[in-house]
Amino acid sequence: MARTISLLRRSHPEKVGLRQWQAWEHGNMSGTEFFQQLINGVSLGAFYALIALGYTMVYGVLRFINFAHGDVFMIGAFAGYWLTPKLMPHFPGAWMPVGVCVVLLTAMALCAGLGIVIEKLAYRPLRSRPKLTVLITAIGVSLLLEYGGQYLFGPDPKSFPDLITDSALEGTGALTITRSQIIAVGVTAALLAALSFIVKRTKLGLAMRALSNNPTAAALMGVNLDTVISFTFGLGSALAGAAGILWAISNPSIDPLMGILPGIKAFVAAVLGGIGNLPGAAVGAVLIGVVETFVGGSSFSSYRDAIAFSVLIIILLFRPAGLLGKAQVEKV
Amino acid sequence: MLELDNVQVSYGSIAALHGISIKVEPGSIVTLIGANGAGKSTTLRAISGLARVRAGSIRYDGQELTNLPAHQIVARGISHVPEGRMVFANLTVLENLKMGAYRLKLGAEFQRDLDYIFGIFPRLREREKQAAGTLSGGEQQMLAIGRALTGKPRFLMLDEPSLGIAPILVKTIFEKIVEINRQLGMTILLVEQNANLALEISNHGYVLETGRIILADASSALRQNPQVREAYLGR
Repeated sequence: MARTISLLRRSHPEKVGLRQWQAWEHGNMSGTEFFQQLINGVSLGAFYALIALGYTMVYGVLRFINFAHGDVFMIGAFAGYWLTPKLMPHFPGAWMPVGVCVVLLTAMALCAGLGIVIEKLAYRPLRSRPKLTVLITAIGVSLLLEYGGQYLFGPDPKSFPDLITDSALEGTGALTITRSQIIAVGVTAALLAALSFIVKRTKLGLAMRALSNNPTAAALMGVNLDTVISFTFGLGSALAGAAGILWAISNPSIDPLMGILPGIKAFVAAVLGGIGNLPGAAVGAVLIGVVETFVGGSSFSSYRDAIAFSVLIIILLFRPAGLLGKAQVEKV
Repeated sequence: MLELDNVQVSYGSIAALHGISIKVEPGSIVTLIGANGAGKSTTLRAISGLARVRAGSIRYDGQELTNLPAHQIVARGISHVPEGRMVFANLTVLENLKMGAYRLKLGAEFQRDLDYIFGIFPRLREREKQAAGTLSGGEQQMLAIGRALTGKPRFLMLDEPSLGIAPILVKTIFEKIVEINRQLGMTILLVEQNANLALEISNHGYVLETGRIILADASSALRQNPQVREAYLGR
C-alpha cells in the first residue's frame, strides 16, 4: 500500500489525497491517517515556507510584493532539470549526495543572480515611483518569465530527471514517509537555520532589518541601500530556487507555468504570518500546507484551494496584521 | 570646515531653500533657528544627501559633497541625527548602536565608543537589550545621538533634539551636546525651534525665514538682537 501511494505520488501528485480519501471514505479518520496527513502537510508547508520567505523579505525592504517570485521558483526547477544530466555523471556511486548538493547550490546561485538582475533592471529604476507602478511591473516580469520560459523550454511539461531515487522509507509502520519528504524538510530546516543566522548575526542581516525598519535612517548610518536590496533579492531568490528543485523531486513534472499556484499560496502564507515577518512566513506556510493537505484528504478535496484561501480571509478578519505581525511601534 | 554656497533645494515645484550660504568653523556649535517650514531641516537634509540640491554647492574640508549619495557622505565623517529621531524601533538599543558603526569594524574601538556613550547616557546601558521602540522619547533621542557617535563623525548635525521630549530631559540632552562638543572637539550644527536654548549653547547662529537667511551673527549678539528677541525668544 505504502509503495503504491509512493508511486502514485510520483505520477499523479495531486491525486494522492483524493485516492487516499476514497479508500478511507467509510470510516472516521484514524490516528495513523491523521499523522500521515500531518506529515504530508508539513512537508508541503516546507516548500511554501522557502518561497514565502522571499516574498516577505522583499516586502520588508521595499514594501512591495514581487509577483515574479513564484516564477523564480519555476526557474529553479528548470535549472535543476538542465544541471542534473550535466553534473550528476561526475558524482557516481557514493558521491551522489555531494552531487545533489552541487546541483542544488548551483541552481540557487543561478536564481540568486536572476533575482538580483530582475531587481536591478526592472524595479530599481522605479524606486522613487508610486508602489503601484512597481507592482504592475512585477506582474509584467512574472509574465515575461512565464512566457519567456514557454518560448525557451517549450510549453509541454518536462519530466524532471531522477536527482534522487524517491521511495518510501521502511520501518515507519502504516505511515508513508518518502525520501523526498525527508530531504525537503531537512533541506528546508537547514536553509531556514542559515537564513536566521544571516539575518540575526551578520552585518548585512542587521542592515536588512534596519533598512526594513527605516530606510532613511539606514542610509544615514552609511548603508548603501542598493547593496542591501540586491542582497535581499539574491537571498530570497536562492531560497525560491531551492524550493523549485525540492518541489520537482517529489512532483517530477515541470512546466513554465508551474510557479503560479505555489507562488500565490506562498504569498498567502507570507500575508497570513504577517508580511515582513520572517518566522511568520514559515508559520503561515506550514499552516497553509497542513490545511491544504487535510482538506485534500477530505470529501471537500476539490475545494482544497478555496478552503486554504478562506482560512486566510478568516484569520485576517481577526488579525489584520497576520498571525505574528504587529502594528509598527513608533513614537513621535 | 563646512561651507554652503548659495544652496537651493526644491520639493517638486515648491522651492524650500532659495540659495542659502552658511559657514561652520571646526570645533564650534552653530545653530539654525527659525519657524516651522523655514527650511532648517531641509538644510541638514541637503548636507547629508537626503535632499537633492538644485543649485549651489556644499563643501566639506575643501571637498565637494553636493548630491553625493547619503552613505558616501557619512563615510566622510558627517553624521545626521534626523528630526523625529528615526531610531530602528524593532532593533535593540545595542543593535541600533552597532548600526551607527556600520561602516566600521566592531572591534576594541567600538567598545571604547560604547563605553563613552554609556558614560554620558547611562540610561542606554540599562536598556541595552530592549527594543528601541519601547524607549521614551528622551531615551530615543539619547540613542539617536549615541548611534551617530558610534560612527566616529567629526561633524555632527542635530535636528530638533528637544522635540517632543519631557522638559527635564531637554536640559540633560543639551548639557550632553555641549559635553560632546567640548570633550570630543566635535563640530556641531544644531537645528532647533527652542531658540533660547540653542543660542545659549552655540557660538554662531543663522536665522532662517521661508528658505532664506535673514540674519547671521554670533549667538550672543543674536540674543540681544531686538528682531530675534521679539520673533523667536518671546521677550
